[in-house]
Amino acid sequence: MAMAALRREGRRLAPLISPRTITAVRSSPLYPTLEDEGPLGVRHISTQVVRNRMKSVKNIQKITKAMKMVAASKLRAIQTKTENSRGLWQPFTALLGDLPSADVKKNVVVTISSDKGLCGGINSTSVKISKGLHKLNSGPEKETKYVILGEKAKAQLVRDSKKDIELIITELQKNPLNYTQVSVLADEILKNVEYDALRIVFNKFQSVVSFVPTVSTVLSTEIVEREAESGGKLGDLDSYEVEGGETKGEILQNLAEFQFSCTMFNAVLENACSEQGARMSAMDSSSRNAGDMLDRLTLTYNRTRQASITTELIEIISGASALEG
Amino acid sequence: MLRRALGLLPRPIAAARARSFSTDLPAAHTADATFMEAWNKVMPNMDPPKTPLSFMHPRPPTPSSIPPKLTVNFVLPYASELSTKEVDMVIVTATTGQMGFLPGHVATIAELKPGVLSVHEGSETTKYFVSSGFVFIHANSFADIIAVEAVPLDRIDANLVQKGLADFTQKLSSATTELEKAEAQIGIDVHSALNSALTG
Repeated sequence: MAMAALRREGRRLAPLISPRTITAVRSSPLYPTLEDEGPLGVRHISTQVVRNRMKSVKNIQKITKAMKMVAASKLRAIQTKTENSRGLWQPFTALLGDLPSADVKKNVVVTISSDKGLCGGINSTSVKISKGLHKLNSGPEKETKYVILGEKAKAQLVRDSKKDIELIITELQKNPLNYTQVSVLADEILKNVEYDALRIVFNKFQSVVSFVPTVSTVLSTEIVEREAESGGKLGDLDSYEVEGGETKGEILQNLAEFQFSCTMFNAVLENACSEQGARMSAMDSSSRNAGDMLDRLTLTYNRTRQASITTELIEIISGASALEG
Repeated sequence: MLRRALGLLPRPIAAARARSFSTDLPAAHTADATFMEAWNKVMPNMDPPKTPLSFMHPRPPTPSSIPPKLTVNFVLPYASELSTKEVDMVIVTATTGQMGFLPGHVATIAELKPGVLSVHEGSETTKYFVSSGFVFIHANSFADIIAVEAVPLDRIDANLVQKGLADFTQKLSSATTELEKAEAQIGIDVHSALNSALTG
């Protein structure tokens, strides 16, 4: 009991006495010593290092838990919007079909990614798929260009495909996503980039734990006409009467642009949902890891503490028995 | 041994039941076969990305006789107003004028201009003011209407319409650049359409 009181005193007095100067000389600069000098030259093993680690791990756990809650609330907000926008691209696919294997000269891959990190592997998957599409569509007279939305894909693609990047757009989610913003964006892309086929790569939100990488293809009017003439899936496009406008081509051009903006809108929303969901699960596993780490550190801390008490007891008892005997 | 055999029996039945509930349709796979082959050649270690076709319900084929009702999908960026609703007739305002679609209408693609869309079901009619969009009628009497913005007529304020019309007319007269003139003209078109929708 007296030792415990002295130890408590020691802790408070230690900074004043500053035995560090002596220990600094004795300890090696590379390996931090676990020995700690109290008053009266009593040495006991320090639990300071372990305690510091425990404090920082606990803080990290709190932060990641908070980030998970924030991501969950953001997900709820954007999930309803996404589900409502799912009907938007279906009429276009019903009319024009889906031809990801169309053979075109000028491919443009629009990669959608997030601006912020800590969201698991979704951005890497999108970039890998984009690179895969680039490889798929490489050949003589064929070229593939990138349009990048989001900082994370930019960081990865700038490294090795810098010359193929046409347009980079970041800070998409500064204001809540709405159709006007996305249609202006789509307009920019269509104006500045020459394309025969636009392939939008994004992560489709299936559920909070499942995100499916998806690619939506929007073909330009010429390619659509070419595919319609050659028959196959678009073969019955000619059977549709096109009302209005001077030429059929004009209406189909408007149609292609509208299709692009609608598919972009859905893609951007789905990707935002996937980002929040991925962040939730990443932060959740991170908090769980921090919890495990804390448990292990607590055990180490207790062991160290008990060992130091035992050592002290042994010293006292052997000292006392030496005096007696 | 018997117990193990009995244990094995329910599994294939369960698997068959699971497959019948699956939403993955075989038609979707054949559609993307060329893409999947090409992908597997280039990137053998990664699964190919999914395409929109695998997420869509297939549409029924063209029936031999004219179906009694038109199936309408009316979608906006923010909501699906009507999805697979069976109606008698739909009247839209296309760029060439008002068009009515009955079941069995020939397949058409039409661009919409600001105006009224009315959906007739039995004796009741629902009217919406549509800003613009497209309408597709398919041969199987499915109508897809995609609009950028649509509001039911009873939610439009007549005073604001008048005010807007006056504003844009004034902007047109004071416009200098082509862009400003075009914007003012669009504003006038939309507001006069709103006006006629409310009165007519």
